[in-house]
Amino acid sequence: MSISRDQVLHVARLARLDLAEDEVERLTGELGAILDAVSKVAELDLADVPPTSHPLDLVNAWAEDEPHASLPLEDVLRNAPAAEGSLFRVPPTT
Amino acid sequence: MSAVVDTLRLTAEDALGLVEGGEVSAAELHGAYLDAIGERDPELHAFLRTADYDGAAGIPIALKDVISTRGIETTAGSRMLEHYVPVFDATVTSRCRAAGLSVLGKTNTDEFAMGSSTENSAYGPSRNPWDPARVPGGSGGGTAAAVSAGLAPWGLGSDTGGSIKQPSALCGNVGLRPTYGTVSRYGIVAFASSLDQVGPVAKTVRDVALLYRIISGSDPADTTTVELPEAVVVPDAERLDGLRVGVPRQAVALEAIEPGVRAAFDATLALAEELGAELRECDLPLSFDYGMPCYYLIAPAEASSNLARYDGVRYGLRSEGETYRSMLERTRDAGFGAEPKRRIMLGTYALSAGYYDAYYGQAQKVRTLLVREHAAAFEDVDVLAMPTSPTVAFPIGDKAADPLAMYACDLLTIPSCLAGLPGLNVPCGFSDGLPVGLQLVGPQFGENVLFGAGHALERALDLDLVPERLR
Repeated sequence: MSISRDQVLHVARLARLDLAEDEVERLTGELGAILDAVSKVAELDLADVPPTSHPLDLVNAWAEDEPHASLPLEDVLRNAPAAEGSLFRVPPTT
Repeated sequence: MSAVVDTLRLTAEDALGLVEGGEVSAAELHGAYLDAIGERDPELHAFLRTADYDGAAGIPIALKDVISTRGIETTAGSRMLEHYVPVFDATVTSRCRAAGLSVLGKTNTDEFAMGSSTENSAYGPSRNPWDPARVPGGSGGGTAAAVSAGLAPWGLGSDTGGSIKQPSALCGNVGLRPTYGTVSRYGIVAFASSLDQVGPVAKTVRDVALLYRIISGSDPADTTTVELPEAVVVPDAERLDGLRVGVPRQAVALEAIEPGVRAAFDATLALAEELGAELRECDLPLSFDYGMPCYYLIAPAEASSNLARYDGVRYGLRSEGETYRSMLERTRDAGFGAEPKRRIMLGTYALSAGYYDAYYGQAQKVRTLLVREHAAAFEDVDVLAMPTSPTVAFPIGDKAADPLAMYACDLLTIPSCLAGLPGLNVPCGFSDGLPVGLQLVGPQFGENVLFGAGHALERALDLDLVPERLR
């Protein structure tokens, strides 16, 4: 199982990672080796086996729809890299 | 303040006794641990930062740096969260505070709890108190090193595939990964949400049980939590009469298990038998062949989703960019270290169109088989026993360049994590002067069985778990 450089670049775009050239090269090799190892799961015929997404037998958890206090705005914005008024500030989308 | 108390051998239970008996004040005890940290932590680097005494009535606790502490920087060992100061406490932090514990500091971890050595911490590795040239294990190497070196009476870690049990094995203390769903994850920096659990690390099984009692139970803020079906029992029995101990054939057959680890494990099984336990061979036919590949699909897939939140907008690092998209991509490239990037890439690939069924979907089905085969094993036994780590602590740098070699450290801890079952590391001997850990795995909500078995063995083994170089 190998992964091509183009695939690595595609996945990096999906993951929103602006990888440097040396990282692309290193990850191409490493991901190929890791995918080789994990592809072992394909050996098993599991057509009739249901998936497990969660190891606890919980179906749902309900809560009363009761209003409660939110964090103060000052706390919400305290760790923001940039804020303006009551808003997080970000660069323009284009 | 004079050295009121020697913290090196002090258990949490004895520390509590000193405070409650008025022999030492809570403030003096907190100070004594800060003194010990000042003396020994420059070498070990177990702590990323310490905290001053906050007026609590009880004894101190060390918290892994993935656990949110209001007003105390919480970085998850990552540059991405450098200078991030939570504005709320994790539920486990609140419960510790409500129980009178004072937060002593935040302990080092592999970045975002991804690793088995703490070498992936963006702030430099922690070192093993038995031999500072060796790793303390990971990801919770900071907490484990702190407890073994007498820098904290106890601490909390988090465990996704072995991050509590494996460092406890490598440092020679007791660590519990609880049953999935028994401890709230609210306020924990998320890694892989179907696997992440918070759990206690301490010098003795009794201390671990006491701390588990404090942190466990349902939490409205984490809807995956449940109430314990029975109260936590702090163990005191010295026998194992009637206990059926299952030894999985496929685990003990692994060639990766070092001879010294095997010898200590075998001797411990013989001791268990002397204490009245009945040893039974049992089978987990798929767990040790398919557990690793299954885990390294599920955990990275969930991590790639959880780590999508680091976008340079609400908190954490931001790199400059002309557009939102370039800011986002540069922030994530600059903020994540090599291991989180590797797992984000692997997980994104495993979840991407055309690969989902073959990788993530298939791994979830393998997980079902592992859940089933563990349940089948527990029809005939009360507890499973195997080594926690195939090796003792390894030299810093030994596996750092080979991700697959590092991943193999958790070969023995991963299967029960996937099955959602509790696991306890109990020190069971030494190999070349380094601690060896016994892993006891219980059925769902079987913590009390683990505590009983672990305590009886710990008493009978009677090991000196203070690192030789610190005695």
